Amino acid sequence: MKENLWLILLGSILVNNFVMSKFYGTCPFLGVSKKVSTAVGMGVAVTFVMGVASLVTYFVQYYILEPFDLAYLQTIAFILVIAVLVQLVEMVINKTSPSLYKALGVYLPLITTNCAVLGVTILNITESYSLLGSVVNGVGSALGFMLAIVLFAGVRERLENSNIPACFKGYPSTLIAAGLMSIAFLGFQGLI
Amino acid sequence: MAKHEYKKIFLNGLITENPTFRLVLGMCPTLAVTTSVQNGIGMGLATTFVLVCSNLVISLIRNFVPSKVRIPAYIVVIATFVTIVQLLLEAFLPELSASLGLFIPLIVVNCIIFARAESFASKNSPLPSVVDGLGMGLGFTCSLTILSAIRELVGAGTLLGFPVLGSAYPGILLFILAPGGYLTLGLTLVAFNAVMGKIDARRRAKAAAAEGSVA
Repeated sequence: MKENLWLILLGSILVNNFVMSKFYGTCPFLGVSKKVSTAVGMGVAVTFVMGVASLVTYFVQYYILEPFDLAYLQTIAFILVIAVLVQLVEMVINKTSPSLYKALGVYLPLITTNCAVLGVTILNITESYSLLGSVVNGVGSALGFMLAIVLFAGVRERLENSNIPACFKGYPSTLIAAGLMSIAFLGFQGLI
Repeated sequence: MAKHEYKKIFLNGLITENPTFRLVLGMCPTLAVTTSVQNGIGMGLATTFVLVCSNLVISLIRNFVPSKVRIPAYIVVIATFVTIVQLLLEAFLPELSASLGLFIPLIVVNCIIFARAESFASKNSPLPSVVDGLGMGLGFTCSLTILSAIRELVGAGTLLGFPVLGSAYPGILLFILAPGGYLTLGLTLVAFNAVMGKIDARRRAKAAAAEGSVA
């Protein structure tokens, strides 16, 4: 087998961390990282959707779009697949585990507009990963997203209580903290 | 609608509700492509085109689309225009297309476009919607240009590729790398907040003084 799944996994979690070095999924990263508990919920939901989306878009690309010469419809097809998938996940979780649904409730529909999901599906195709590689890359990238968002929620919980100048309050201090954390993630650069 | 109202809608997007500095929307492309001025302007104009066209179409179909399926309908409209931009850039500006890369298809999930479709175009007639899209798009383009100018100048000592700070300037690579995106935007927001705070305080002081003289 040509691709090394471990390298893909490690690379997508640490070296090419989606939020910290690629800027995919920055909106939910800044929006949903106020509390550690909600950050974990969002991370789990995104991991699931990204794993399944990688699987489904693989079949859409190689069994529908390419045989019929429709590759230029990639963007439209993929975003629709993701929107449908998120809706489906929402319904399934609602039926099987109402408590989890309540915990994730608001964050589920938001996943459609998380550019990390659309990003990873297109990236899988441009990197021409195999079926297994795509799923590993999808899940790995999502775990990287979860790692960053959970770590950062811890930072923000502390930041909330500190006394800082008025013009730094809110987004500015959050962004600067994210910048410092991103410098830390640069340290993984030479790992692979 | 009167002329001054269009002006108000336009300026609203450009300054009062500037998507980047005031609403803090569309962060992914803002942070990712502002490594050089050329990329910043390219991304801004591509987004403006999509925003104007999608606002126009969504405002035209707003009375025919049932509200239950409006989100998927908007997604298809937006994705169509993004595909058009993607193909045009590939054909006529292949260099820009290569350096923006994955972020061109990702315009689909730019929250600004969605937010304007939902909060403006779905409630207003076509002409104001186009003006709103133009204002918001140009506001976004201006913010991207400012941020990318700072990053390119500090990071490489150039503007639009021309050397500005002389060849002795070593260039602080950090500002071109990912952390620089977060830091530049954070510090620019600090400056924006500080200036806006001063203006607000002055306005309030004036209002208070006026009230005092009336009383």
